[in-house]
Formats: sequence, C-alpha cells, structure tokens
Amino acid sequence: MQSETPPLPPRRKRRAFDWPTAILIAIVVSAAAYVYWRDGAARFVDVIWSDADLFIWMMPNVLAGCLIAALVTILLPRETVSRWVGRDAGFKGILIAAGAGIIVPGGPFTIYPIAAAFIGMGADAAAVVTLITSWTTIGLSRSLVWELPFLGFDFVLWRWIAALPLAILAGLIVRAIEQYWRVKAKP
Amino acid sequence: MIDIVVTAALWIIVVALALGVANRSRPLLRESAKEGILEFLRLVPRMAIGVLGSGFIAAALPQDFVVAWLGSSSGILGIALAGIAGAMTPGGPVVGFAIAAAALKGGAGAPQVIAYSTAWALYAFPRLLTYELPIMPAKVVWLRVVASLPLPFIAAWLAMLIGKP
Repeated sequence: MQSETPPLPPRRKRRAFDWPTAILIAIVVSAAAYVYWRDGAARFVDVIWSDADLFIWMMPNVLAGCLIAALVTILLPRETVSRWVGRDAGFKGILIAAGAGIIVPGGPFTIYPIAAAFIGMGADAAAVVTLITSWTTIGLSRSLVWELPFLGFDFVLWRWIAALPLAILAGLIVRAIEQYWRVKAKP
Repeated sequence: MIDIVVTAALWIIVVALALGVANRSRPLLRESAKEGILEFLRLVPRMAIGVLGSGFIAAALPQDFVVAWLGSSSGILGIALAGIAGAMTPGGPVVGFAIAAAALKGGAGAPQVIAYSTAWALYAFPRLLTYELPIMPAKVVWLRVVASLPLPFIAAWLAMLIGKP
C-alpha cells in the first residue's frame, strides 16, 4: 500500500438543467394530469403521499449507495478497472462484468452509482451495460429475494437459464454500435 | 422487514469500505465521504421527480389490464405485447414478479411471461426514471436501451428451446 494520497478522480461536471430531467418532468406532469382527470383530487393526493413515504425509505439506501461508490473508487486502483473492464479488455471484460452483475448485492441504489463510478474510472460502455443487464436479468439477490417466492424454483431456474446469455449479448450489441459509430465518424 | 435487512447490509458494506480507506489515509476518507454525500445531494431532487413520476405512472396503468394482455395473447405478437407491457410495468422489485405469477396462474403462455418479466427487468420505466437517468451518463443509458430491444424476444425463444420444466 502506498503511503501518499493518490489524487481523487475528477468529478463530472453537470448542468443544473439537462434534457433527461426535462423528459422526466414532462412524463411526470402528463401521468399526474391523467390520474387527476380520471380519478379526482383525493386519489391524486393519495399517490403523492405514498410516493413521499417511498422516497423517505429510499434515502438511507441511496446515501449508502453513493458512499459505497465513492469509497470503491478510492479502493480499486484505476489501472485495475481499466485492465479488467476497459475498452481493451475485449470479450474478457464483458464476461467479468456479466459475472459481477450476478453477485453484486443491493438494489438500483447501489448498482447505478457503482456503474457510474466505473465509467468515471475508464470502464468500457459495453462492460457497464453488461453489468447492469446481468444484474437486472440474472442477479442472484433479486431472484432469490423477490422472484423465488412468487414464481417457484422450477420456473425461476428455467427463466434464469434462458436469460443467461442476454447480458453478454447486450454488451456485444453495444460494442457493435460503438464500432459502427467510430467507422462512420472517420472520413 | 426485508427493507431493514437490505439497508443494514448496505451500511455494513459502507463501514467496511470506510475502514479500508481510513486504513490507507484519514484525509482521503474525509474527501471521499464528502464526494459521496455531494453526489447524494445532487441526486435527491432528480430522484424526487422520478419517484413522483413512477407513482403516477403506476396509478395510471390498471394492473388487470396487463394480466389480461398476457393471458389472452399468443405467438410472436403476444410476446411483443408482453414485452411492451413489461417495460411499462411500474413498481419496486415485487410488482413485475407478482403480475407474472398472476398471469401464469391465469393461463398465460409461459414464453409470454418470460418475455414480460425480462422486459420488465430490463426497462421498468420507473427504475429508469428514478435511478438510471439521474445517475448515469445519458449516452450509456440510450446504448443500453437500444441494445436491450431484442433481448425479451431472445429470452422467450430460448425458453421455448429449452422447454418448460
């Protein structure tokens, strides 16, 4: 372990307003207007209250997710990340990301901050997409905690096997799209 | 109950990582904790909008309708409809699985249910709105969305190939 302090990764600059947020607000407003029009004010207020409840419950997890991402960024050397899942890691990077997605615990409040931190540390977009896809489709914590009680072992195993190649496919598709862009960008 | 277990597990991980960083250097721990908290504060307003949005989308979509879609449809069109229904299905980690279970019991085709739960896992708009768009670079989100388009079909097809247990 080195004794001197390594420099922190630069924080990504963000504008206060950006178009994903604009789309979000547009969707929220239209869904809210529809519910108000169809179900009336009482239901409208009801939805807001249950959302507020969910929001308050979410906060400790989201804070934990952000702290985990910040701390992992310090503990994992940048070179390791780019060697394992960087652009030059090739198919191996996609395989590692798919495997990591299966075992990463927690909810969206951990996976997205960690994925974003990995991008900041030089991980390949294809590997990050593979990680998220693997986590959502074949993540063990999700399947064991939530899916099994509802659908039963046989069905879950069947779905799990059918979903096994999806994350790798997603990564390969992203790589193909990026390749296409790069070829197109050249004169 | 499970919520509390998850939260506790997350904070145990936070403490373990913090000890690891503190072991290396105290100022570094303070810096990275500040970094994490700043990121959190930046996310809060976006997430508030996302949570509000997913709540209203959930209220706008009747669940019986989704089950009926899955139950009555068949073939490629049925799988496509199931995929769209899955992508639109809101709610936390439970709703999609609960609807899939209800549809299975109600006589829906198993490949449709696979397509449904795969599309739900991949897209679930509320998760996209609440977490992914606020946190991730937009380019990576759109790459993921495009790359995921064929996946529910492939999953349904593979499930048919393997054959239901």
